[in-house]
Formats: sequence, C-alpha cells, structure tokens
Amino acid sequence: MIEIKNLTKKFGNNTILDSISFSVKKGEILGFLGPNGAGKTTTMKIITSFWLPTGGDIEVDGKSVLHNSILTRSKIGYLPETVPLYEDMRVFEYLKFIAEIRGIEKDDIKKRIREVIEDCGLKQVVKKPIEELSKGYRQRVGLAQAIMHEPDILILDEPTTGLDPNQIVEIRDLIKKLGKEKTVIFSTHILSEVSATCDRAIIINKGKIASEGTPEEITRKASGQEILYIKIKGSREAVLQKLERLENVEKVEEKDKESENVYGYNVYPKIGVDLREYLSMTVMQSGWSILEFNRKSVTLEDVFRELTK
Amino acid sequence: MNKKYLKTIYILFKKELMSYFNSPIAYIIIGVFLVVGNWLFFKNFFIFGEASMRDYFSLLPWIFLFLAPALTMRLWAEEKKTGTVEFLLTLPVTDWQVVLAKFLGSLVFMFISLLLTITIPISLANLGDIDMGPIIGGYLGSLFLGGAYLSLGLFISSLTKNQIIAFVLGLVASFVAFIIGSDFLLLGVPNFLAGIMKFLGLGSHFYNISKGVIDSKDVIYYLSFIFIFLWLNSQVIKKRGWK
Repeated sequence: MIEIKNLTKKFGNNTILDSISFSVKKGEILGFLGPNGAGKTTTMKIITSFWLPTGGDIEVDGKSVLHNSILTRSKIGYLPETVPLYEDMRVFEYLKFIAEIRGIEKDDIKKRIREVIEDCGLKQVVKKPIEELSKGYRQRVGLAQAIMHEPDILILDEPTTGLDPNQIVEIRDLIKKLGKEKTVIFSTHILSEVSATCDRAIIINKGKIASEGTPEEITRKASGQEILYIKIKGSREAVLQKLERLENVEKVEEKDKESENVYGYNVYPKIGVDLREYLSMTVMQSGWSILEFNRKSVTLEDVFRELTK
Repeated sequence: MNKKYLKTIYILFKKELMSYFNSPIAYIIIGVFLVVGNWLFFKNFFIFGEASMRDYFSLLPWIFLFLAPALTMRLWAEEKKTGTVEFLLTLPVTDWQVVLAKFLGSLVFMFISLLLTITIPISLANLGDIDMGPIIGGYLGSLFLGGAYLSLGLFISSLTKNQIIAFVLGLVASFVAFIIGSDFLLLGVPNFLAGIMKFLGLGSHFYNISKGVIDSKDVIYYLSFIFIFLWLNSQVIKKRGWK
C-alpha cells in the first residue's frame, strides 16, 4: 500500500533522512518510533506531499507522491504534530469546509459530518469556535478532519502527546477502531502505546531504520527478552555446568562475584518460559543456597534506549 | 480547466472570505477605510463645490497603499505561523489553486469595501449633475490598481511568518511600484529610462483609466502585473522553503 524507497532528505549539509526504505501493507497499524529529531515527522511530511524529498520516492497504491501528488493526497488523511486548525472558525464550519474541499457529494455532506462528530465525540463542541477548545478536543477535531473523506491511509503524527491519560486511552481506542479498515502510520515516543496498538513497529534513529518488526520481535531481536539474576552459594564450575544444561535455558553468564564460592549469574530463559520455580528447585536440590533472585524483563523501552543511544 | 478545478478554487475562496468576516480586524479595516476616505474627500469638496469624484480617485491609491497590505498581510504569514499551511497544502489541491483563491478572497473583500463608498456618488448625484463616465472608470481603475497591490502584498506575505513585516514590506513595495512612473521622479531620469519607468509604474496606468479612458494597454498591463506576482507566489509556495 505504501512503499518508501531510499528516501533521503537534507537541509543543507544536515541529513535528516538517510536513504530509508520500508513498506506498509494494507490494513496494518504501523508504529513509528524514534527520539525527537530522528526523522519521523520528516518522513510523514514527505508521504503527505508537504515536503519534497532530496532523493528517493514514495509510492501510495503504486502511484508516486512526486508525480501523482493530488491523487495520493486524496487517499491520505493527515494529522500533523502541532494539530494546526483554523482558530477563528467554529467546529461545524471547519468540518463543513473539510467535507467540501475533500470532494464529498453535496447531498452526503450533512450525513458524513454527523457521522464524524459521532465517531470523534464532538457533539458538545460543534458550535464553539476552535480557539476555545481544550487540547483533547482539538486533537479530536484534528482526527475528525483526517477521517472525513474516509481515506484508505491515515498518517498521525504523535496523536497522543499532551493529552491526559483518559484522553490517551480514548484516542488509542479510536486509532485501533479505525485501523480495522485502514492503513495507519502513527508516530509516538510512548513505547507502551506501540505494544498496545501496533501490528508492527519501526524504530528510526538519526535518519536510519534501527529496527523493524512486531513489538515482540523487536524486543526479542535486541536481547534475550527476559533475564533471571540469581546469586548462588556453591562451586562456580559446578553451578555453571548445571545451569547451562537445564531445559529451556538459552544462555548463562557469570555476572559478579561476592566472595569465594558466591557468584551472581544471569540466566536467559527461552522466550515465553517461566523458569523461576524450576530454577530455584534445581539449585536447592543440588545442595546450594540462593542468596538473591530476581527477574528483569527487557521492555521495548530498554530496546529503544539501547538502539537510539 | 474543468469544473472540479474551479469548484475547488471556489471552496477555498469561500474559506478565505469567511476568515475575513470571522475576524473583527476586517470590520475595523472597512470602518477606517470608509471614514478616512470620506473625510478626506468631503473636507475639500465643499470648498471647490464641484460635483465630481476626481479628487476621491486621486486619493484612493494612497489609501489603498494601507488597505491592501492590511488585507494581505495575514494570508500566508498567519498560515505559516500557526502551521495551518501544512494542513492546507496537504489537501488534494494545487498550489496555484490556493494562491488564486487567496487572491480572489482579498479582491472580493476589497470590492465590498469599494461598494460601500457608493454613498459618495449618490450624494453627488443629489447635489448636482454628474458625469458617470469618470466615476465608473474610477471604480474600475481602483479595482485594477487594488488587485495589483493585493497580488504584490500576497506575494510578500508568502515570504515571511510575521504579519507586521508582511504589512510594512507590502506597503513599501506597493509605494515604490506606484510612484515609479510619477512625473516628479522622472524629472532627473534620462529619456529612454523615463519611458520604461512610466510604463512600469502602477500610477500612470491608473490615471488613464480613472479619467474614464479604458485602454486595452492599461488593462493588459494590470493583468500582467497581477499574474506575475501570483506566479511568483506559487513558486515560493512550491518550494516550501520554510521550516
């Protein structure tokens, strides 16, 4: 549905995007991750034809955004990061303008506006001037604008920043609902959001793709997912030998030494296996004692920080 | 140019016009324009006691110097400042459509302001016999001159994010374009240059039309002037050279 090919963007000598390529399939919700200034917004601005790339191209449904811009723009609904709205218009005036400019048939305009108001929960504010709206409502008006023409593709640039936790959940649910029928690309730096909403995520850093896959895949790729730290009193060689041969253990490494025969070990279990009980029983049965034991999960946060250091 | 293309321009144009009337500034601008214009005109009118609008139309270019940039200053500068330009230019519309719609919006607003000065010829008609030719010519010329100022001001607004800068630069540029062909400036200039300057200046063409002489040369001149600045404007927008 969306093919990004060797996309490069430079401002003078400053390279924002360095030949990135990826594709988004129809009906997919893609989370776009990266620290500020990584190139997320730039990529979105190029997909939506606001900026021209320095090199490379983007195809939407097989049509280039450089050569068939008007056509590709009509398939995309876009919510820029700053949620720019015409402050002096009232909500319904604004929605009517959007409906008209998006080419909705005259007879359907009223019906469509009513649906969008319903979907985005704007009923209470339709008559208010936009400048009087709260941040949460502004965001919803922005979303309403983006979905007005029932686009196949939604590009949402940090749609949940600046919202309170309840509003975040609301917007997230809305994205999920919309994502059932549409292709959605949204950027964020809230990582739990990606795990909660996305089918697939791309982490970009300094204009390059740092990692790509489902949130689970990304986490797994980056490290062993889960680490069990255990401090055991017992002969080092014997302990290592025993632990390494255990079922469902990928890897064991010595972490630190407290004193003679007291060592801390990192145990990496296979993905999805809870090894705690089995591990502790084995150690006890071997006649050693456990002095410390804890589990450390690697989260997307860790991966993100690791990749974007 | 098909029907859909024009319809898009019309929808954008409606939005532009609506944003004038949604803001109190527009009413203030119209109010000041009417008060200043009428006062300056009628101040001298009773001294000379001549039932003609000639004095009014010689005043108008100077008033327009302030009116036109006041109307165009925010058209691009504000969109850029608030970021709505990003929304506007990612709609399925061409840059040229947006530029035209903004120009037409300001032109129609100016036309409405001019319509409200109709009280002047009506009062004159009650006071004595008037010659309609120069009056119609005057209004037509004002509209052409106003359009030229507006296209220049709109172009300048696309160069900045700051409305005040857009206003001041618009005023200065319009002023230069207006006086460049005036007799006063041409005195010390070699002959061949004087001819060119006289042709380029907005002012000399205005006085022809406002005398009631509508020459196709003047009309073509104004239309070209407007077209050139609208085209330059669309080039600036196309480059989107701002961040």
